Amino acid sequence: MTRWQGQLIKIDDYRWKIPETYKTGMRVPGLIYASKEMLESLREEQTPEQVANVAFLPGIVGYSFAMPDIHWGYGFPIGGVAAMDIKDGVVSPGGVGYDINCGVRLLCTSLSEAEVRPRINELINQLFLNVPSGLGSEGKIKVSQKEMNQLMVEGALWAVKRGLGLEEDLDVTEEGGCLSGADPSKVSDKAVKRGMPQAGTLGSGNHFLEIQVVKEIFDSHIASVMGITNIGQVLVLIHTGSRGFGHQICTDHLRVMEQAVLKYGIKLPDRQLACAPIESKEGQDYLAAMACAANYAWVNRQCIAHWVRESFSEILGKSPEKLGMRQIYDVAHNIAKIEEHAINGRNVKVCVHRKGATRAFPAGHKDTPKRYKEVGQPVLVPGDMGRCSFVAVGTEKAMKESFGSTCHGAGRLLSRGAAKRAIRGADVIRELEGRGIIVKAESVSALAEEASQAYKDVTQVIDVVHQAGISRKVAMAVPMGVIKG
Amino acid sequence: MKKTFEILDHTADIGIIAYGADVKELFSNAALALFSLITEPESVEEKLHLDLEVSSEDRDSLLVEWLNELIYFFDANHILFNRFDIESLTHNELTATCHGEGFDPLKHKIKTGVKAATYHMLKLDKNSDGYKAQIILDI
Repeated sequence: MTRWQGQLIKIDDYRWKIPETYKTGMRVPGLIYASKEMLESLREEQTPEQVANVAFLPGIVGYSFAMPDIHWGYGFPIGGVAAMDIKDGVVSPGGVGYDINCGVRLLCTSLSEAEVRPRINELINQLFLNVPSGLGSEGKIKVSQKEMNQLMVEGALWAVKRGLGLEEDLDVTEEGGCLSGADPSKVSDKAVKRGMPQAGTLGSGNHFLEIQVVKEIFDSHIASVMGITNIGQVLVLIHTGSRGFGHQICTDHLRVMEQAVLKYGIKLPDRQLACAPIESKEGQDYLAAMACAANYAWVNRQCIAHWVRESFSEILGKSPEKLGMRQIYDVAHNIAKIEEHAINGRNVKVCVHRKGATRAFPAGHKDTPKRYKEVGQPVLVPGDMGRCSFVAVGTEKAMKESFGSTCHGAGRLLSRGAAKRAIRGADVIRELEGRGIIVKAESVSALAEEASQAYKDVTQVIDVVHQAGISRKVAMAVPMGVIKG
Repeated sequence: MKKTFEILDHTADIGIIAYGADVKELFSNAALALFSLITEPESVEEKLHLDLEVSSEDRDSLLVEWLNELIYFFDANHILFNRFDIESLTHNELTATCHGEGFDPLKHKIKTGVKAATYHMLKLDKNSDGYKAQIILDI
C-alpha cells in the first residue's frame, strides 16, 4: 500500500485539516482528530484520501470528519462523520456501513471483582450457553415473518414486550431503541430471510460480550449518575449489530444507489460512495430500510442483555435486581440520522452519517435521556480484549464542532491476514489467561484476528477526543472474561 | 499450474484476486475463492445443485452481485458450494449451476463469515493472459 502524501495542516495539537484545495471537487475541508504520534500510521494507508473523497458528496456541511480511531473502510473511512443538509444533500449507505447499528450496550452490577473473580469461569460458560454466538448461530427466539415486521418497526420495545428486559432499559438506549420511519416494505425478502434466524445472536468477527472491572474513575460525579461508584465494580459490555439482515439491506440499497448516481448525475471519486438525494425516493427508501436494520440491532442487544442478566442470576443465585444489573446506556456506532444542528447561527436539519463513530450529545440536549440530562449522553468506547474500554460523555463542544459526534473504539492496526500470520489464536488465550482474562470463542483461529496487537491502543484514542473536548472521559474498565463470536 | 485465485489483505477486511482465461472462468474462480475463504472446499461434496440467474447494470457490478447472491445462499440457507458451471454470461446477465451441499457442523469448518462483496477497489481487467479481477469482501 502506498503512503498517503497529501497535505495535513495543523490546527492545534489534536486537529489536522485537509484543505479544500487538496483535490478539485471537495466541497468542504477534511478534519482529522489525531495526536502527532498518530500521524505516521495514519499516512501508511490511503485513509486520509477517503476523508477527502467524502468531502465530494453533495450537500456536505462543515467538514468531512475523521475520529482518531480512523481506519480504512469502503468509500467512507471507519471513524468518519459527515453531515449533509437535507434540502440539497445526499444519503450514502457507505456512510453507515454494512453492519447497520453495530453498537454497544453497557450494564452495571453491584458486584465487586472479589465476588465475581472466583466464579468467572462458570459465568463465562453460562453466558456462552445462553447467548448464541458464532457463524451460522441461530437465535433462541423464533421469529415469524409477521413478528419480523413488528420487530423492524418497534425496535427494542418488541423484545421488552416479550419479557426480554425492562422498560427502563429503553429510557437509556439511543432513540429509545426505536428509530422512527422504519418501513418493512422497503426491506427485501432476502434480507428478511437472512435476518429471521439470526435475531438474538451475537454473531462473529469483532463482536463480543465482556465482563469487565472498573479500574479508574475520572469524574466521580458523572460516573455515579451512571451507577459506577467504585473501583473494582463489575460491568458487562455487549457489542453486536444487525447481522446478515443489515448486510443484505446495505447490499440491496447500494445497488439502487449505483443507479441513482447516474440518474441524478452525481460525480463521485469512488464507486463505494454511491448515494442519492436525501429527499429522493431512493434516499427515503434507504433511510426507511436502514431504520428497520437499526431497530433489529436494538432488539438483538436487548435480548442479549436479558440473557446476560439471566446468566448472572442463574450462577450467583440472586435476581438481576438484587445484583444491581441496570443498563447504563446503549449507543449506535454505524448509523445515519436526521438531526437539527446550528450552522452559522441558524438551525439546520442535516443527515448525520456516523460510520464507526458515536453520537455525543451534551448535557441539556433534548435527545439526551432524562437520567443524563445534567451530565451529558454516555459514550461507550470499547477497546480490544486485552486492553481496556472507556465510558465518556458528550459535550457542548462536540455539538458545536463535530455534529455531536466522537470516536467509537480502538480502530484496527493490522489486517486480519497480517494478524493471523503474526499471532496464534491459542497463544492469545494463554497470554490473556496469564493476565487474568478468560476468553471463550466459537473459533480459536479467529481469535488471532482480534488480538490486542491488531488494534490501536484505545487509551490514545480517548485521550485525543478528551483533549480536543468533543467528549469527556468518565471511567475506564478492563476485561475479566470475554466471549467472542 | 495456472493461477486461479489469490487472497488479498485489507486492514479491516479481506479481498480476492481471481484469474480466468475468459470471463466465465474468471467468475467461476472468483466464486471458488469466496468459498475457499468461507470453508475448506475439499470438505464439500456435490450433493445438491442450484440454478442461479443474476443480472446487473454492467460487468463489474455483475461480478459483485454474483458473489453477493452466493453469500446470500450461504448466510440464509447455509449452503456451501465448490463447483460453478457458468452457462451463459453477457455484460450484465449470467446463468449458472452451482454445486455443493448444506452446511454440516460435524463435517465442515467455517473459517470466515463473509457477509458481503463490495464495490470498494473493485477492478476487472483484461491483459494478454486473460482476465483478472479484484474484489474486497466484508467479513
